[in-house]
Amino acid sequence: MTRISPPRIALYVISTLVLVYLILPVLIIAPISFSSARFLTFPPPSFSLRWYQQYFANPAWMQATRVTLTVALLTVVIATPCGVAAAYAISQSKLRVMRVIHMTLLLPLVVPIIITAVGIFFVYAKVGLVATLPGLVLANVMLGLPYVVISVLAGLQSFDPAQEMVARSLGMNRLRSFFAVTLPQIKSSVVAGGIFAFISAMDETIVALFISGGQYQPLTKRMFTALRDEIDPTIAAISTLMTAASFMLLLLASTRQKRSG
Amino acid sequence: MLALVSPALLVILLLIVLPVGWLAWQSIYHDGFTLENYRRVFTEDIYWRSFALTFEISLAVTIIALLLGYPVAYLANSVPKGWSILILSLVVLPFWTSVLVRAYAWLALLQRTGVINQLLRYLDVISEPLALAHNTFGTVVATVHILLPFMVLPLYATMQKIPGDLMQAGASLGASPSLTFARVFLPLSLPGVLAGCTMVFVLCLGFYITPELLGGGRTVMVSMLVSRNVELYNQFGAASAVAVVLLLSVLLIFFVVSRFISLDRVLGQK
Repeated sequence: MTRISPPRIALYVISTLVLVYLILPVLIIAPISFSSARFLTFPPPSFSLRWYQQYFANPAWMQATRVTLTVALLTVVIATPCGVAAAYAISQSKLRVMRVIHMTLLLPLVVPIIITAVGIFFVYAKVGLVATLPGLVLANVMLGLPYVVISVLAGLQSFDPAQEMVARSLGMNRLRSFFAVTLPQIKSSVVAGGIFAFISAMDETIVALFISGGQYQPLTKRMFTALRDEIDPTIAAISTLMTAASFMLLLLASTRQKRSG
Repeated sequence: MLALVSPALLVILLLIVLPVGWLAWQSIYHDGFTLENYRRVFTEDIYWRSFALTFEISLAVTIIALLLGYPVAYLANSVPKGWSILILSLVVLPFWTSVLVRAYAWLALLQRTGVINQLLRYLDVISEPLALAHNTFGTVVATVHILLPFMVLPLYATMQKIPGDLMQAGASLGASPSLTFARVFLPLSLPGVLAGCTMVFVLCLGFYITPELLGGGRTVMVSMLVSRNVELYNQFGAASAVAVVLLLSVLLIFFVVSRFISLDRVLGQK
């Protein structure tokens, strides 16, 4: 097995190249964002923070950042309890309809996002939710729910429901036994699910393109519009910050999951 | 128990089932029932060409993703645990980076004044910049990059379940490593191949950001047809009909695939 044969060497070389292809574009943005040049040049000229200054000094970008953070936080606050409750019910109930419900909750992963986006736009246009904060939050709750449900269901799989039965036989009601016995044991998968919902809301672009507007435009929508017109290195600075935020959150989620085993 | 799922279910029903139903209704109803929108989708050139192009690009992206993803999944499956965690992290990290950010990165790499062209000119390999972005090539390169994790993860999950003894048995019976691979490992990994290809193909059918930003306006995929009909032309009926045809294609693919492997296998990898 450990003998290094020519096919084995080819395997190493090809895999390394593919991994470089996967990771390089994610890393290339950082040097661009720290370069002083107006246009992308190679080799990069001197180090500069001017694109970061431009980002932080621009009221439109700052407003968009506030919208993104508000939407992402509210999404987590709403999607997490809804998703946990749903996952708990799906794992505990033996009703046949639960399987159908489980599948329904995963629909946002199946329906092409462009279709979801246009559909939501039409519905929102009828009820006056276009270009509003609640409209944006609701759409992101819908998109984030599957991540919470999947993560919590995985956590509940390794949990023994008999423990909760014991708590209830000792006189706790269902709600108290859930909070006292079950929740602490699935806490890490709940936190991970919430983090995934946050990242999903922070990165969401396509639905926002259709339904957001006015002062309630998230970062991604402004970035997309800016990208269509010209390549502005300010976007490299914002992208670097967003990627750093995603990576830190992922690290948090993975250490959480490890502790639960 | 039903009360516990109802908030989540309500959100899904109101924000995805209702909107999609609305699209379906709008595609056949405009001051009375009409199939005019579907007639246009199926007969007018621009729609046909866009659907054909979308299927072609999706097929190309799926095949390339399989060719690139299989070796990576195979390697991750055959190295010690620490290494496989490293490989899988490198696969998953880009997956959790914004699609928009990655599309921007590819634009920065591939455009006329981009990193690759600058580097090649600096090294005197080329004198004129290559047209790498704003065409189908750029779209495919960036789309494969974004969808590759959806190929690698189901492949890896399937390979994990193939018992290592089988390969040793093959070897002990005198088969060369490449023969054991072709006769034992490869057939057993096919469910993963199908799961990964399905996910990549289906996601690619509805892809929007990369063709819009890297296609340069020439690569009009179905998703762009939908958005243009809404944003530029106010052709809501036509946009809805295109969306319905796209959705039915996706559901048909899932249905056909579910005859061969469990759909959980396709969807459970997120």
